[in-house]
Amino acid sequence: MSALLEIVDLHVAYGKVEAVHGVSLTVDEGSIVTVIGPNGAGKTTLLAAIIGLLPSRGDIVYAGARVNRISVEERVAQRLCLVPERRELFAAMTVADNLELGAFHRHRARDRTLGKTRDEVYQRFPRLAERRAQLAGTLSGGERQMLALGRALMAAPRLLLLDEPSLGLAPLIVKEIFSIIATLRATGVSILLVEQNARAALQIASHGYVLETGTVALAGPSEEISRDVRVAATYLGRAPERSLPS
Amino acid sequence: MDFSIAVLLAQDGVTNGAIYALLSLALVLVFAVTRVIFVPAGEFVTYGTLTLASLQLGKSPGTVGLLVGLAGLAGAMEVYAAARERTWHRLPRRLAIYLLVPLSIAALVHLLAPLTLALPLQILLSVAMVTALGPLLYRVAYQPLAEASVLVLLIVSVAVHLAMLGLGLWYFGAEGSRTPAFTSASYRVGDVQISGQSLLVLLFSLLVIAALYVFFGRTLYGKALRATALNRVGARLVGISPGLAGSLTFTLAASLCAFSGVLIGPITTVYYDSGFLVSLKGFVGAIIGGMSSYPMAAAGAFLVGLLESYSSFWASAFKEVIVFTLIIPVLLWRSLTTHHHEEEE
Ligand SMILES: Nc1ncnc2c1ncn2[C@@H]1O[C@H](COP(=O)(O)OP(=O)(O)OP(=O)(O)O)[C@@H](O)[C@H]1O
Ligand SMILES: [Mg+2]
Repeated sequence: MSALLEIVDLHVAYGKVEAVHGVSLTVDEGSIVTVIGPNGAGKTTLLAAIIGLLPSRGDIVYAGARVNRISVEERVAQRLCLVPERRELFAAMTVADNLELGAFHRHRARDRTLGKTRDEVYQRFPRLAERRAQLAGTLSGGERQMLALGRALMAAPRLLLLDEPSLGLAPLIVKEIFSIIATLRATGVSILLVEQNARAALQIASHGYVLETGTVALAGPSEEISRDVRVAATYLGRAPERSLPS
Repeated sequence: MDFSIAVLLAQDGVTNGAIYALLSLALVLVFAVTRVIFVPAGEFVTYGTLTLASLQLGKSPGTVGLLVGLAGLAGAMEVYAAARERTWHRLPRRLAIYLLVPLSIAALVHLLAPLTLALPLQILLSVAMVTALGPLLYRVAYQPLAEASVLVLLIVSVAVHLAMLGLGLWYFGAEGSRTPAFTSASYRVGDVQISGQSLLVLLFSLLVIAALYVFFGRTLYGKALRATALNRVGARLVGISPGLAGSLTFTLAASLCAFSGVLIGPITTVYYDSGFLVSLKGFVGAIIGGMSSYPMAAAGAFLVGLLESYSSFWASAFKEVIVFTLIIPVLLWRSLTTHHHEEEE
């Protein structure tokens, strides 16, 4: 398998304060890769740099080309999409309008397969179909997350960056969201998944990275990561917590 | 004041209010999408009137030079940006938008000016000409600062306003111009005389407002502008670039202002520096709308027009003072009754 996304020695800073220190990471075409780690480790910062919301030092190679210099919009047009932690929906607009705008660049490119994508999204999220005329700001937390996912899918992504899709959701909906993510891969979408819910994330991912204070503390196939004693203790809650050597 | 005078004043007020309403919509739109307080709106109004006045005299308006200069500058900036970001494939399209289109409009206006065409065609040319300045101004003055604070953008706006004011004096001279009325028709309803000109101004304004309503409610680009105003990050994540949203917004705003200039030309004599006071009244309307509600802004602008009209009857020397003073309680009431939400989602 070839690498769809390859990040080499990435540094990301807020002003003078660096939050990500030299992270390297690979997502193969058609795979799910997860990044887990404690609060403030720099996971959101990493995704923001990959999509281009934050400037960065190092290499971000997507689909064979270095994309560091090009704008967010250009990356989206190349089917690299982010579902952000804060969702960033258009609250005062309807569900249908949010979805329509999700395919903004495809509309501009007069993509004829748009209608098909919309039908698929409504099929995947029947709740959105029921609520297509409702304002996004009045949706429940779970519905909002579905809309954020649906909006990103409207762009027909090749690589989907997901920032804590289970954040603040009830266990039943978390299960639903994770099963949707797992089925997405079958449609050929590659996924980079950032999660607090390490157990569920490692179950659906083939590879995992543990990010701690801006550096990769551990990387490897998901089974190896789950077997790691420190990970089991800290993120999977199997053994009493121990202090981590860094 | 008897009934017929009251109606006459109301007619004046509504006519002016309709023009202020277009301006207030332009101001709200520009602020909502780009966070720019559009101080040079008034100059776009005067450029609209004075460009039309030049065409009436069969002269090529001075603004043609400005258009050519800005287009050259914007074109150079696009080439530089393409070289820096290595996005050469986007360049032809961008050069067409920022160089080819404005240069064609400038050439067209310059060549057609001596022919003294029919009034509707002259109006079309003037509005097109001044509209073309909008996106170029955004590209040159605002887009490089898109991430800056509202205050920095305001300072840029004041600078642009002063520059355009000076250029206005240079291009059009210090003497004022008045453009001919669209129609001299007049209708009698009972005791009251209603001028066809007032009716046309009101009709045109309402048509433009309806067109904007459809644009924002139904079209992809209208929705994209609303989305940008609602959530800048969200808009970027679906591929709506701030540059696209900004230049589209400035195109709309410039055309609204230019159109106001065309409508106001037959009502009052317009000098190179008349724009500021006019735009200030549109601004009051926009503030009544909290810089975010289009219907409230338009209603506020009509209120300003009516206030101005009635106060000019009772104390014409103080008409501006009265308008701007009476606005204070309205603003107080607005600031007490609207609660500001933290931007969320
Ligand atoms: N806008 C900002 N300005 C300055 N520092 C920031 C900013 N955003 C985040 N940081 C800092 O960068 C570090 C990494 O934050 P980040 O949001 O990437 O963490 P995270 O791994 O996503 O955490 P969480 O699991 O809580 O979402 C933190 O120390 C945070 O305080
Ligand atoms: Mg985060």
